[in-house]
Amino acid sequence: MKAVETLAEGAETATDATPALEVAGIGHSFGDLHALDDVSFAVWPGEFTVLLGLNGAGKTTLFSLITRLYHNRKGSVRIFGLDIRRHSSEVLARIGVVFQQPSIDLDLSVAQNLYYHASLHGMSRRRAQEKMETELSRLNMLERAHDKVRQLSGGQRRRVEIARSMMHRPRLLLLDEPTVGLDIDGRRAIIEHVRRLCGEENIAVLWATHLIDEVDERDRVIVLHEGRVLAFGGVAEVTQNAGTATIAEAFANLTRDD
Amino acid sequence: MTLDHYLKCLIGIVVRETRRFIHQRGRFISALVRPLVWLFIFAAGFRSVLGVSIIPPYETYVLYEVYITPGLIAMIQLFNGMQSSLSMVYDREMGSMKSLLVSPLPRWYLLTCKLLAGVAVSILQVYMFLVIAAFWEIGVPPLGYVAILPALILSGLMVGSLGMLLSSTIKQLENFAGVMNFVIFPMFFASSTLYPLWKIKESSLILYYICAYNPFTHAVEMIRFSLYGQVNAYSILYVLVSLALFLGIAIYGYDPSRGFVGRKGGPVA
Repeated sequence: MKAVETLAEGAETATDATPALEVAGIGHSFGDLHALDDVSFAVWPGEFTVLLGLNGAGKTTLFSLITRLYHNRKGSVRIFGLDIRRHSSEVLARIGVVFQQPSIDLDLSVAQNLYYHASLHGMSRRRAQEKMETELSRLNMLERAHDKVRQLSGGQRRRVEIARSMMHRPRLLLLDEPTVGLDIDGRRAIIEHVRRLCGEENIAVLWATHLIDEVDERDRVIVLHEGRVLAFGGVAEVTQNAGTATIAEAFANLTRDD
Repeated sequence: MTLDHYLKCLIGIVVRETRRFIHQRGRFISALVRPLVWLFIFAAGFRSVLGVSIIPPYETYVLYEVYITPGLIAMIQLFNGMQSSLSMVYDREMGSMKSLLVSPLPRWYLLTCKLLAGVAVSILQVYMFLVIAAFWEIGVPPLGYVAILPALILSGLMVGSLGMLLSSTIKQLENFAGVMNFVIFPMFFASSTLYPLWKIKESSLILYYICAYNPFTHAVEMIRFSLYGQVNAYSILYVLVSLALFLGIAIYGYDPSRGFVGRKGGPVA
């Protein structure tokens, strides 16, 4: 947690040490229900950070605050040093988001979906086409570009959403349970793809999941439980602090209801 | 954020909505059948019962079908506006609405684009209706087809933002049946769609005032005059003021910290 505190008062200009995402002391309530309470962590470029939490832990609420779907009343969210409340347009231009709910049009083709997204980001048709070809070929989906999304399998649709989130060259990728409902192969394909993006393009990734087997030992993890961060750090560090042998045991111990 | 960006965004949203409408065949057909039932059955049946005297913009006696055509045009827009506004809020659109709202342009602009896209779809429906009506010998002066366009944009925006306002503020209006009963039917019947205002005045003064202050009446009258290449300044002003009011409140209501996005998107995960 120290890193967050020292960077909390960061300047508005990004340097190498600037986290891609810096969440400091945010909270959110729905009426009397405290969905999030004093949540702080950071995500750095080129790092794959897993937000681990059971269903109802507050992961989606947290994503909604980071993407400014909800306003944060407490604490701050900075993206590459920029406060999201004051610089929302600049910030949103740098974020790619994959929501838990599918959000592509089933009746439109893959290409039409991607062009629509590109237009929201003000991209020219030519740039959009180039980027679409790059992203779809990376996912082995280029030959499906003109198929209707309805004709695709669940895993393929998810891949289209990831391609879409990458269209405007974001530097921070937020994925909210992107593997929900997929079979083992589909899950593996998606997680490998995102890890590759993270490594090759130096993109910062925040991957929310409740599936512990999606964590790799090189990752940084945030354990979120009942709206609070119970652990934040490298896998080895979190495991050690919890006094367990594996991250799975650490997660189970931390989130056990006493 | 350049002007070019704003323009590309608007075009992108309008193209998407139009494509979606064309692909959804059921919606396409029902949007056409509804006004045609009124025109072919209701108006034909009432032709001899209801006589309409000469009132502006008409210069001669007109058939009842001709009289109700502008109202049916406004009804097409009312249905479409309510439908698309409701789907913005409660349908599975939720996922795609989120992905729209996390794009960089300001939220008020994105919502306005969304509204304009709904208006574009409603205009498409109106022109299809007018083509079929022309075959039914409900002719409009050729210039009327062009003159009606600005009126359609205004009235479409007005009913669309009303839909957004209602769905963002009244939690109970979660389904279309509720909207039909409490919004569409009262607005439609308490207007100058089916009968001229002076006729209503003869039967009930209270009803007359309700109709006269109903913004939908003014949308209908604005369209009616524009179809004949005339300008009804009072109605245009009335529609403009209503539009500004509805849109302002709707955008305020859409604010995630205050509005329904926060409420609906409650603690799910």
